[in-house]
Order: sequence, then structure tokens, then C-alpha cells
Amino acid sequence: MINLNQVCSTLNAKILLGEDQMDREVFSACGADLMSDVLTFTKRKTLLLTGLTNVQVVRTAELSDLCAIVFVRGKLPGKEIVEAAKANDIPLLVTCYTLFEACGRLYEMGIKGCPHKVFADE
Amino acid sequence: MSDTKKMNVTYEVAPGDFERAGEASSGIKRLLQRIGIPAEVIRRIAIGTYEAEMNVIIHAGGGVVTAEISPDNTVIIVTDKGPGIADIEQAKQEGWSTAPDYVRQMGFGAGMGLPNMMKCSDKLDIVSVVNQGTQITMLFNHVDKENK
Repeated sequence: MINLNQVCSTLNAKILLGEDQMDREVFSACGADLMSDVLTFTKRKTLLLTGLTNVQVVRTAELSDLCAIVFVRGKLPGKEIVEAAKANDIPLLVTCYTLFEACGRLYEMGIKGCPHKVFADE
Repeated sequence: MSDTKKMNVTYEVAPGDFERAGEASSGIKRLLQRIGIPAEVIRRIAIGTYEAEMNVIIHAGGGVVTAEISPDNTVIIVTDKGPGIADIEQAKQEGWSTAPDYVRQMGFGAGMGLPNMMKCSDKLDIVSVVNQGTQITMLFNHVDKENK
């Protein structure tokens, strides 16, 4: 079982919000800048890694029951994004790694993606 | 839902207001949480409603989202007076989109909206007239599909 605390150390991440939520379990992860994909392919309690820092990221996380958001490439969200996350109890982390590298590190530590069928014969 | 059998809520969706996009879906989600609907079911309703709400904001210049909540199911009706959908079958195809670039930069407009609404709901009906508007009706049975 992997929690946010372990994610945080693997990504050398800084906690922007939700320090008291770091024992939250991470079931799977998704790296995306396309919120349409996040809404379509994630499951509950998925960790989202993204380079987008607009309010729709928090809204997507809220409505999809995601467990936390990691902003990659050291991108810091604005105050209103942090406020929106706070109102919805969504922890926010920021890492200096790129989306690819951050996902790779988490995959290496055992976090899986959200599998889905693309082709009918799979 | 002990005192009433059915509950209706309606939200106005303001045109082009991306900062507030999702407020209707969020309000409906909170209401469903208060009356104890299973989390997996709420998630499907919230995502389906959010996709429809985004479509109204992107394409239709605002509209109305109504939730009719019964003990066994929730019906979401999203109505707008926008440009309508000329070819509904085409709009149901994954990846088909007419969204402008600024919407794509926000992480939307990938042509997954209608397909995802169909995936989340148990039944979806679209009535659309070009230059008059669109009405989407989604039925969600309160059955937890993941943890049955």
C-alpha cells in the first residue's frame, strides 16, 4: 500500500496543501494535461499528475474523487486554485520533475495506471 | 430521503464562465452525498453532469441543469438554447470536436464529452435542433457497478 507521504519523498515534492492528509492511500495514478481524459479514464482515489494549473484541474479532481494533485515541472498554482482545493479537501503537491519523469518514478515504486480497453480484441 | 420521495434541483449555467464551470455538478454531487447515495454512483453522476455542463458553457452560451433525484435513480436534464448539433451520431464519436483552441488549452474539447456521458449514464437521450438548442437527458440508476 502506497500513501501520499511516500509519493512525496519519491518526487522530492513540496506540500502546498494537505500536510495532515499524507497518509492518504494512492490506488493508481494518471499523468495528463487533458482533463477530458482524466474524466474518462480514471478511477476513484487516483493521483493526478499534471502541468495544468487552472481551476478546472481542481474541479476535475473534486468531481472524479481523485486523491491528490501533483503539479509537475515546478509549476505553482495561483491562490484561487489553492483555495478551491482547500474547500474540497484535495491535497496539492509540486515537484520539479517533468510529467514523464514523475510518472516514471511513481511507476517504478509500484503505482499502476488506470487500465482500460482501447481496442475490442485486447 | 425519508420525508420526500423525489427531489428536484435546478442550476443556471452562465455562458463562457469557465471559473464557475462545474458549480452545478458540484452542487448536485454534494446533495447526493448528503442523502447517502453510494460514492461510485455519485462519481458517475458528477462526471456525466460536468461534461454536459462544460459543453453548455463552451458551445451554447449558457443553459439550465436540472437534477431529479428519486430513491432509485437520478435524472439529469441539461438544456440550452445554443446552436444545436447537426449530426448527433458524429458528435457521439470519440475525438470528434468543434471546440475552439482556448478550450483545448484548458484541458477540454478533446471530443470525449458525449462518449463519456454515455459511458457514465445508464441511458442518454439527445434532442437537438440546429439554431434552436439541445436537451440532453441522462438516467443514472443508483446501483454501484464497481462493488456489486
